[in-house]
Amino acid sequence: MKTLAQAAAALAAGQTSSAALTAACLERAKADPFGAFLTLDEPGALASAQASDARRREGRAVGPLDGVPLSLKDNILTEGVVTTAGSRMLEGFRPPYDATVTARLKAAGAVLLGKTNLDEFGMGSSTENSAFQKTKNPLDPTRTPGGSSGGSAASVAARLCFGSLGTDTGGSIRQPAAFTGLVGLKPSWGRVSRFGVVAYASSLDQVGPLAHTVEDAATLLSAIEGLDPADATSSTAPKTDLSMLRSGVRGLRVGLPKEFFVDGMDPEVAASVRAAAATLVSLGASVEEVSLPHTRYAMATYYVLAPCEASSNLGRYDGVRFGHRTTDPRSLKALYENSRAEGFGPEVKRRIMLGTFALSAGYADAYYRKAQQVRALIRRDYEQVFQRVDVVLSATSPVLPWRLGEKLDDPLAMYLMDVLTLPCNLAGLPGLSLPCGRASNGLPIGAQLLGRPFDEGTVLKTAYALEAALGLQFAPTGGV
Amino acid sequence: MKLTEQQVLHVAKLARLALTPDEVATFKNQLSAILDAVDELARVDSATTLVAPAGSEGLALLRQDVVQGEVGTEAALANAPQVAGTSFAIPKVLE
Repeated sequence: MKTLAQAAAALAAGQTSSAALTAACLERAKADPFGAFLTLDEPGALASAQASDARRREGRAVGPLDGVPLSLKDNILTEGVVTTAGSRMLEGFRPPYDATVTARLKAAGAVLLGKTNLDEFGMGSSTENSAFQKTKNPLDPTRTPGGSSGGSAASVAARLCFGSLGTDTGGSIRQPAAFTGLVGLKPSWGRVSRFGVVAYASSLDQVGPLAHTVEDAATLLSAIEGLDPADATSSTAPKTDLSMLRSGVRGLRVGLPKEFFVDGMDPEVAASVRAAAATLVSLGASVEEVSLPHTRYAMATYYVLAPCEASSNLGRYDGVRFGHRTTDPRSLKALYENSRAEGFGPEVKRRIMLGTFALSAGYADAYYRKAQQVRALIRRDYEQVFQRVDVVLSATSPVLPWRLGEKLDDPLAMYLMDVLTLPCNLAGLPGLSLPCGRASNGLPIGAQLLGRPFDEGTVLKTAYALEAALGLQFAPTGGV
Repeated sequence: MKLTEQQVLHVAKLARLALTPDEVATFKNQLSAILDAVDELARVDSATTLVAPAGSEGLALLRQDVVQGEVGTEAALANAPQVAGTSFAIPKVLE
């Protein structure tokens, strides 16, 4: 049993119990050689499973997630269960409340096994920036699972659970999904509540699912999406219409942006994306080349705006109310400066420094304001392209998963790896990654589909059709 | 753009980050390299571009200003590094 849908069907048919499924998942998670989890909540998970089984016996099961074991990225608050955001700053932090997405999964009956590893505060593309451990790619343990939701991706790819929630500020759901042979969906900005999600860059952050199949991702989206009075940026848009999932792609117009075939792209990745476009044509869609001319500025725009917002959001970690405090500070200033110096890792410090500089007197117009203007131009590119096509198809990452440690000493080289996923966040669009091919070394290649704001439905139905036509399967090493 | 050591120290002060001499040297080089890459934004003609709001809808949702979902004093203090009674404790500010 691998997919969420299979687990839900087995539970509904009485072939297994949530307690049995949960115990099996916990056993595998405890023996996990890939380092997916930071915290396992064994008592909480077993209690949820027993409650689910009781509901089912009484004919009160609440839907497709009832009794299904899932994981959560460790920047999503869980009441009473340690939430670290992968940072020493929050080591041992027990949130006094649940994030809205946590509460919604609990209300849907899901069993939350524990919290998965991430790049500290979501800042990274390899999960190597976690303060606690490195996560390995279950398909090839010498390589990164991607990041920053690498622990979530590994927990699903290694079959330790049936789905996970990650967060995506510049590709942190889609790129790990691409690297581990999964489906990952970043919803439109505003689609999913961010109340109780540790803030990194608030105009870009979104919560979304990682799962084995498009259908599973859609099921998870359906459970978490929708207006939340506790998040003033959550949208009043109607929920995604999942009845269109199997409606096919006949007549669909697909744009293939020429700027997304970037210099230095792995030729196998480029060929695989073009083959996926041809597959969509064979299914009745039309494909045309489109141009998104400001794509080349997305990396620069993102790496100004995201650090600016991070420098502001992370100002709350001052060693006073919660989080790490330095020992024996001699003044309030020393308390702030030393607590932050000790609590934050190098990548977080780098981004705080970069953002603080770009917002500082004399530089804010040249960097922050300029980047906001270019962001508006990037968004306009998409508005124009989406007048001609319904979805945009590209690669998710220009390269295959790299070896652990390979890019750790060169932050700029790491930032360049995000070039294809950043525009989606800057424009607030829904974006999905799904496997579109297998490289000669056996590793998965991810295709990215982008849609109009709040048109997750078209993105999902396109992915569903492509997934069915391609029939790709990836299995973790070690025969788990 | 190349940052000087003084600029790095100034930014660290603004960010309330105590940096070691090694960190100052590393950040000086790394931030300069990143800013060099970011400087290509200057080539974009955006003089007449209006800055867009974050969301496609543009307006934050408003609600009545009514307290809801209070955390409570005990829970709010539970994660505090140092507590004095029902307050967060900090080093003396005034000598």
